[in-house]
Amino acid sequence: MDRKLLGVIAVVAAVVFGLFLFNLVSDTDDEGAATGTTLGATTTEPDGSTTTSSQASTTTEGSDTGFPVTIDAPNGEVTIDTKPQRIVSISPTSTEVLFAVGAGTQVVAVDDQSNFPTNAPVTDLTGFTPNVEAIASYDPDVVFLSFDPGDVIAGLEALDIPVILHPTAVTISDAYEQWEQVGAATGNLSDAKDVVATTQASIATSIETLPDGADTLTYYYELDPTFYSVTSSTFVGELFALTGMSNIADPADLDGYGFPQLTAEYIIEQNPGLIYLADTRCCGQSIDTVAERPGWNTLDAVVNGAVVELDDDIASRWGPRIAELVDDIVLSIVDLEVVNA
Amino acid sequence: MNAGRPVGTRLHWWWVFGAAVVLVAAIIAGVMIGAVRLSPSQVVGSMLDRLPFVDLDTGLTVRQEAIVWQIRMPRVILAVVVGSMLSAAGAAYQGVFRNPLADPYLLGAGAGAGLGATLAIAYGPNTGDWLVDPIPLAAFAGALIGVSFAYLLGYTVRSGRTSVTLILAGVAVAAFLTALQTFIQQRESETLREVYGWILGSLNTAGWAEVRLVAPYVAVSLAVVFGGRRLLDVLSVGDTDASTLGVRPGRIRLVIVVFATLGTAAVVAVSGLIGFVGIIIPHTVRLLTSASYRVIVPLSILLGGAFLVLADIIARTAVAPAEIPIGVITAIFGAPFFAIILRTSKGVVS
Repeated sequence: MDRKLLGVIAVVAAVVFGLFLFNLVSDTDDEGAATGTTLGATTTEPDGSTTTSSQASTTTEGSDTGFPVTIDAPNGEVTIDTKPQRIVSISPTSTEVLFAVGAGTQVVAVDDQSNFPTNAPVTDLTGFTPNVEAIASYDPDVVFLSFDPGDVIAGLEALDIPVILHPTAVTISDAYEQWEQVGAATGNLSDAKDVVATTQASIATSIETLPDGADTLTYYYELDPTFYSVTSSTFVGELFALTGMSNIADPADLDGYGFPQLTAEYIIEQNPGLIYLADTRCCGQSIDTVAERPGWNTLDAVVNGAVVELDDDIASRWGPRIAELVDDIVLSIVDLEVVNA
Repeated sequence: MNAGRPVGTRLHWWWVFGAAVVLVAAIIAGVMIGAVRLSPSQVVGSMLDRLPFVDLDTGLTVRQEAIVWQIRMPRVILAVVVGSMLSAAGAAYQGVFRNPLADPYLLGAGAGAGLGATLAIAYGPNTGDWLVDPIPLAAFAGALIGVSFAYLLGYTVRSGRTSVTLILAGVAVAAFLTALQTFIQQRESETLREVYGWILGSLNTAGWAEVRLVAPYVAVSLAVVFGGRRLLDVLSVGDTDASTLGVRPGRIRLVIVVFATLGTAAVVAVSGLIGFVGIIIPHTVRLLTSASYRVIVPLSILLGGAFLVLADIIARTAVAPAEIPIGVITAIFGAPFFAIILRTSKGVVS
C-alpha cells in the first residue's frame, strides 16, 4: 500500500519535474529569441543611420537598407528579413569576402580554416564536417557555406536560419557574383560592387604589364607533391589563362573534372617554362625540394629559377586576394623574361 | 584439406623459369612503355650506353635520359620490390595463420602505417626542412607499433593462444588505429587530401632514394620468408601436429610474422597502401601449381613483382598524361582475374 502510494507520487513528481524542465527550456528559447530581436532592433538604429550616411556619400544604389532582401543563391532563393548582425561563415573564402565588403563587424563566428583576415573571429567550427547544432549555437541570422556534405542546409533551414551556399567558383564572373551576393545579403551591396570594380581594375592593370611573348610560355601548376594539378577550366586556371600561357595539364584532363594527377615523366617531357607551387603550406614544397626531385634538375624552370612559391590559401580561394595572385603571376613572367633576356 | 589432389611439394624448374620470364618481360615493358613515347631502340641504346666501355650516341635529350633513368627505371624497380614483398608477406601470413584471407595488412601494419603517416602529415615538421622525408619513417614506425600491439594483445589472451586469437587481436588493433587516424584526419582537415592520396597508394613520386630506402629491409625479409617456406608447410598441418613433428609453432610464427611485417612496413612507407596483391598472387600461384609453400613462396616473389609492374604500367598510361592510383588498378584488374582463376582452376584454396 505504502509502496504503491510512493510509486504514484514518484511518477507524478517525475512528470511535473519533466514539464518544469520543458518549460524552462522553452522559456530560455523564448528569451533567446526575444533578446535576439531586441538586439536586432536596438542595433539597427545606429547601423541604419551609418548605412544611410555612407549611402548618401558613396552610391545611389539605395539597397543597403532594402531589407528584406532575396538572394538568388546557388542553393535557391534565400530571403533575409533584416540586416544580419550575427553572421557565421563556414567558408574561408566567404570570410575574406565578408570582411572585404565591410561586413566584418557583423560576423560572430568563422570556421577553423578562415585564417584571413587575422581579426576574423575564428572558432573550432569545421567546414569539412559542419555540425548543425554547433553552428546554431552562435544564434546566427545568416550562415555562409561553401559546401554541404550532408544535410546541413536543410538542418539550419529547419531552424529558420537562412543559409547561402557559395561553392567553389568555376569562373571569375562566378566569384564576382558571389561577392555581390555577400554584399546584398549583409547590407553592403555598394561596397561589394566597389570591391569587384577595384579587383577588375587591378587585374587589368597587371595584365597590361605582361611582356610580349607571354603567350608562348607553358606552365605547370602543382596542387600537391604527387603532381595533382589544375586545368584551364578551373577557377585558378582561368586566372592563369588571362596571361595567355598554356597549361601543361590541359591535355591530361580526359574526364573534364579539372584536377588531373599528372605522371612524373610527362612533366619532365613537357619542360614547363614556369612552375607554380600551391603546396608550399600544406606540404612544405619549395624551390629547393622541387630541384631535388629525380630528374627535375633538367627542367628549364628549375635552371632559370622560375619556380614560384605561391600561398596555398590565396591560390585555393576565390576572394578579393585573386588580384594579388594575378599580380604575382605576371611578376613571375616579367622576372623570367629578365632572366632570358 | 587438399581433397582435390595430392600435395605436390616439388618446385618444377619450368615454373620458376616461366615466372622469371614473365617478370623480365614485365620489367622490359615497364621501361619501354610510359606516358612519354620513346623509341625502344633508343631506350635499349641508352641502357647499353651505361655499360662499361660502351659509348653510344642514342639521340636522347637530357630530359629524355632523365625520364628513362631517374623516373621510369626506379619506378619499375620499386614496383618489383613492393610487389614481391607484398606477395611474399601475404603468402607467409596465410601460411602462419592457416587462413586464406590473411593479407600483409592483417595484423595492423596497414592501419598503423596509415596512422603514422597521418600523424606526420598533420603534426610533423615541414617536410621540406628535413634531410629525410618523415612521412615514410612515421609510416614504418606506425606499422611496426601496430603489429606489436596486435601481437602483445593476441599473446596475452589467457585461454587458447591460437592463430585465431592473434587474427582477432589484429582486427581489433586495426579498427582502433583506423579510428584514431580518421579522427585526426577530421580534426586536421587541411591534410585530408594528402592523407587520402597516401592511402590510395602511388609510385608516382618514386626515385632511387625510395628504392635504396626499402631494399635492405625487403632483402632480409624475403630471405627469412624464403628460408621459412618448409616450416610454413609444417605449420599447415596444425599446431598440435606440428609440435609432434618437432617444431615450435609459436616461435616459428613469431619469427616469420616479425620479418614479413618488417618488409611490409618498409614498402608501405614508400608506396602507401596497395591492396589485394598480397592475397591474389599467392592464391593464384596456389591454384595454378601447388599448395606447398615450397612452391608458393618463390613463385609469389617472382610473379608479385611482375604483377605490380604491369599494374603500374596501366596506372601511368591508361589515362596518360594523367595517373590512376595503383591501388585502384590492382583491384580493378586483379579481382576479375582472380575470379577467373578461381572458377577455372580445380585446385583448392588452402
